[in-house]
Amino acid sequence: MSIDKIQAMALSMRRRMLEVSHQCGLTAHLGGGLSMVEAMACLYGQVLRFDANNPRWDGRDRFILSKGHGVLGYYAALWASGVISDDVFATFQANGGDLIAHPVLNLDLGIESSNGSLGQGLSMGIGIALAARKKDKDFRTYVLLGDGECNEGSVWEAAMLAAHLRLSKLTAIVDYNKLQSDGESRNILQVDNMAQRFAAFGWHAIEVDGHDVGQLLDAFAQPTTDERPKVIVAHTVKGKGVPFMENDNSWHHNRLSKDALDKALAALDQA
Amino acid sequence: MLEINSRNARQWSRLGSRATFGTAILDVAETHPDLMVLSADLGNSSGLDRFIRAYPEQFLNTGIAEQNMVGIAAGLAKEGFNVFATSFAPFISMRGGEQVRMNLGYMHLNVKAVAIGSGIAMGLLGNSHYGLEDLAVMRTIPGLTVVSPADCSEIVKTVQAAADFDGPMYIRLTGGPDNPVVYAEDYDFQFGKAVSLREGAEVTLVATGTMVAQSLKAAEILAEAGILAGVLNMHTIKPLDGEALLQAVAKSGRLVSVEEHTMIGGLGSALAEHLAATGTLVPHLMIGLPDKYVKAGQYGWMLEQLGLTGAAIAERVRSFLGR
Repeated sequence: MSIDKIQAMALSMRRRMLEVSHQCGLTAHLGGGLSMVEAMACLYGQVLRFDANNPRWDGRDRFILSKGHGVLGYYAALWASGVISDDVFATFQANGGDLIAHPVLNLDLGIESSNGSLGQGLSMGIGIALAARKKDKDFRTYVLLGDGECNEGSVWEAAMLAAHLRLSKLTAIVDYNKLQSDGESRNILQVDNMAQRFAAFGWHAIEVDGHDVGQLLDAFAQPTTDERPKVIVAHTVKGKGVPFMENDNSWHHNRLSKDALDKALAALDQA
Repeated sequence: MLEINSRNARQWSRLGSRATFGTAILDVAETHPDLMVLSADLGNSSGLDRFIRAYPEQFLNTGIAEQNMVGIAAGLAKEGFNVFATSFAPFISMRGGEQVRMNLGYMHLNVKAVAIGSGIAMGLLGNSHYGLEDLAVMRTIPGLTVVSPADCSEIVKTVQAAADFDGPMYIRLTGGPDNPVVYAEDYDFQFGKAVSLREGAEVTLVATGTMVAQSLKAAEILAEAGILAGVLNMHTIKPLDGEALLQAVAKSGRLVSVEEHTMIGGLGSALAEHLAATGTLVPHLMIGLPDKYVKAGQYGWMLEQLGLTGAAIAERVRSFLGR
């Protein structure tokens, strides 16, 4: 897929995320969903191997959303790539539905694991990548983490072991939007040198503008060194694409009124 | 496949529960090529040294990181491996407890979490290493099968059956070296099916783990005093064999639960819940560990101190019966 097409995919994902958020009539995790849109569009538009008509295909690349609250960006990518239908996406946050506010393992919908408790996805990613190596399968494993999530110690347990095991087919993406639930990360637990931290743990670390599709694709394509696992530290803006949401942490988890939706969609169209 | 017979039972008993677990998993590996065994830097303490030598590719030491270990176990299980993850009881059930909840519970992934040295078997290592609360925590996790083998023979049976069981499980190993023998010959072992070891018309002792052997001793002592006590081995705490419980108390009319676990939330609680839910009113004496962190000592000394020997149990039962 060309850069243009992935950018267009990102735009349509943002539109749909805003629409379903409004339609559900409830608060939703918008900020951290919007910050990861380009990374997800690159993954589902180009990087990942999967079969939209057969989400259980054994040869698929595995994607784990470790920052489970970023689920709108995940569902939107599954929707934009044809894994889930318009109708299914429209059930977002419906009572008793499959698409709740954190992913629930459902291979038929392309959802690889249940998340929501932060700091657990990278460990599962290690297990999956190790299984691929032991069973001589050539799929790759991708795990998307949040920077706030990296407060969790278990992330660093996993970071240490992934490097030790030389899991070169494991790629982590850190959605580095510098905000977390209670506010600015620099005031809560500073993680100002994320790439260096991973590099010090033995990872092949790449820093990119997380909204620059070209930079992201290059980073995904870049070969790793010395069989190190790869981390793409994607500098992002929480709420990206909607001016009144950008870097405003009140949109971490908020309800989108009709007026706000209209304003947001108009802003997307102008951008 | 390892056989349950008196010679093996004696040998395993001398080795103790951890080394027997290692022996059983080594045996099971021969017929289960997808087996993976994980340890958080306690491979040798878990009796896995021979397994590690024989199947180095099927063993992963995650380093001292139980949370990561449980997550990795889940990833491997998701891709079709038959995974046993081991650590000391509190470290796997509570340090990695939320990972057990998300991966084995919520996602129902096929991982066997094996708690070594549970109960107070770790003796002088102290309460940091005891499994006092693990049954209470683990049995509240939906979909998790919770098993506590009575002796080393039953550890072998459990490991064999667990390797063929598709679903998450918590396996609680109790007892030290020189574990008393309960089973010296083969028997029918099924998860969720209690085993009646002794019939008794006046009182039923329902026990799990090491307390099965102590309860059998207690029943013998009681028999000498003319008191007929039955013993039921409730090796599976969840799903609980409520039918066997109700049948036993319908005959005897009095229940004693015996466990090497805090009396809050363990076997005794599980039995009481079932009795309450079925409207079954029987006097119930709960024997177990007190609701506190106790002074540590050697395992045998602790069993004496805490009233968990056959003789002490018999005394408690006599006073319960007023005889």
